[in-house]
Amino acid sequence: MAAVDSGLTKRGLLRHEAVGLFGVVERNLYLVKRYFLWDLAFLLWTVANTLTIVFIARGVGLEGAARNELETRLLVGGVIWAFLGIIFEIVTETVAWERWEGTIEYTFMAPVSRPVHLIGMGVFAVIYGFVRAALVFLAVVAFIGIHVPHANYGAAIALLAISSVSFIGVGMMTAVLPLISPEKGMQLGFVAQGLMLVVSGVYYPVSVLPGWMQWVAKISPATYALRGNRAQILTGAGLAWADVWPLLVIGTLSIPAGLVVFRAGERYAKRHGKLKRSG
Amino acid sequence: MQHRSQAVVVRDLRKEFSRPRGLHGRRPPRAALKGISFEIARGECVAVLGQNGSGKSTLVRVLSTLLLADGGDAHVFGHDVFAEARAVQHLVNRVSVEASFFKKLSAAENLAYAARFYGLMPAQTRAEIPRILERVGFPAERRGEAMEHLSRGMQQKVALARALLTSPVLLLLDEPTTGLDPRSKQEVQAFIRELRLRHDSTILLCTHDMQEAEALADRIGLLDRGELLFLEPVAEVKARYGVDTLEEAFFVATGRAYDDEKTDDDRDRAVFA
Repeated sequence: MAAVDSGLTKRGLLRHEAVGLFGVVERNLYLVKRYFLWDLAFLLWTVANTLTIVFIARGVGLEGAARNELETRLLVGGVIWAFLGIIFEIVTETVAWERWEGTIEYTFMAPVSRPVHLIGMGVFAVIYGFVRAALVFLAVVAFIGIHVPHANYGAAIALLAISSVSFIGVGMMTAVLPLISPEKGMQLGFVAQGLMLVVSGVYYPVSVLPGWMQWVAKISPATYALRGNRAQILTGAGLAWADVWPLLVIGTLSIPAGLVVFRAGERYAKRHGKLKRSG
Repeated sequence: MQHRSQAVVVRDLRKEFSRPRGLHGRRPPRAALKGISFEIARGECVAVLGQNGSGKSTLVRVLSTLLLADGGDAHVFGHDVFAEARAVQHLVNRVSVEASFFKKLSAAENLAYAARFYGLMPAQTRAEIPRILERVGFPAERRGEAMEHLSRGMQQKVALARALLTSPVLLLLDEPTTGLDPRSKQEVQAFIRELRLRHDSTILLCTHDMQEAEALADRIGLLDRGELLFLEPVAEVKARYGVDTLEEAFFVATGRAYDDEKTDDDRDRAVFA
């Protein structure tokens, strides 16, 4: 067989994939630059949305330290919701946005591996989601005047970073939905995000949930991110192993599972002719 | 086994698509490719003619690794399109009827994104993008403008630049001049000729424009309703059917005029092609 090959050695292949990953992050930075005003409006909407949640603490008749604690609990829930929302949205848009712009065929016929493509989206999503979450946190703290004197920001950031791996893995699974169903896939991604937060105690303790939901909460990475971040912001707690090990386990399982699910979805799309632009 | 001089070998390639349910329930699947076979030699330019929905785009999408066939096989420079997709992807690029870019991004940003997937670093693309844009007749000083502000002809030139940037040895052109004004069409055609002269590129041109096919290709094939009726030099096509034009050859081969009104089935084909 006299095949013409790509001429890439193993090292060359690694370099090729690294450049591809950089390309995904770079393209998303270009998009943020070009859609800056849209991003700004979305940020303001998220701040306003978080404020509506945090103001609940002022409507339940609490005063002083108790009110400050409830405000902080709700704020952490709102910020994690915003962070997770961005990761899900960006990773899910791996397919949806490219389909909408019409570039999907060019991207999926390019010689870059799907793990690199998806992880590139995930890396950008974590960076972008973290910046937005930090801005939302600071804006709400300043606007309402929440006091967080003991906050351990270093531990909070480290826990968010660890939990991001799991979030990206779950996001990969939902990213396949627009591939299978161009019309409803994106919305189903939002449903998955909402369900994860409902069972994870986003604005309330997991203990108030029905028994079966508490069981589901155990396998949701958001449960440990919320619990750990609340302790770190309220009491200055460090990284707790009880939060870290479940996140490591879920992350280790969810990334390969996400890739397997996405690969199966891509194969289905190639079999049924769904890997093409809309319109 | 395939000989080195063969860029593309397709054998008994079949693809069908399921159709949405109609008023009277489930409808049978629609065959987009009905066991087509052909070969393209390295460095050759082959045009495949066909009406909308004839299966041209399905063929291009199979060779681009975007579709899995239902039967048969396809090889690009010795690599199985289905089993060795990554190897094929390194060798192939395409230009389609839709320019397909991120509309808010500039030409340079879109090209940089495409180039990264083929391993080109920023240092390389900084120099290469203006050079290639100039070669396809795109004013390099406009490379920072958002794609949505460019004319259709300009966008198509950027699409050509995107394909060229990755140095493909097999270039798939799917209706590259459809919808372009006459001047842009001539410029794109001139560029395709130049590409053949200067590069070791093999070209598969799918088009419904018979003049374009005759002007650019070494051999011309006719794909009709998923069947490849012939693939040979234009003079042989005319001699075989005893006609003077490709339109007449189409009529003799199919019993229909090339511009005939489409049937409902053909409309379905257009959706899935």
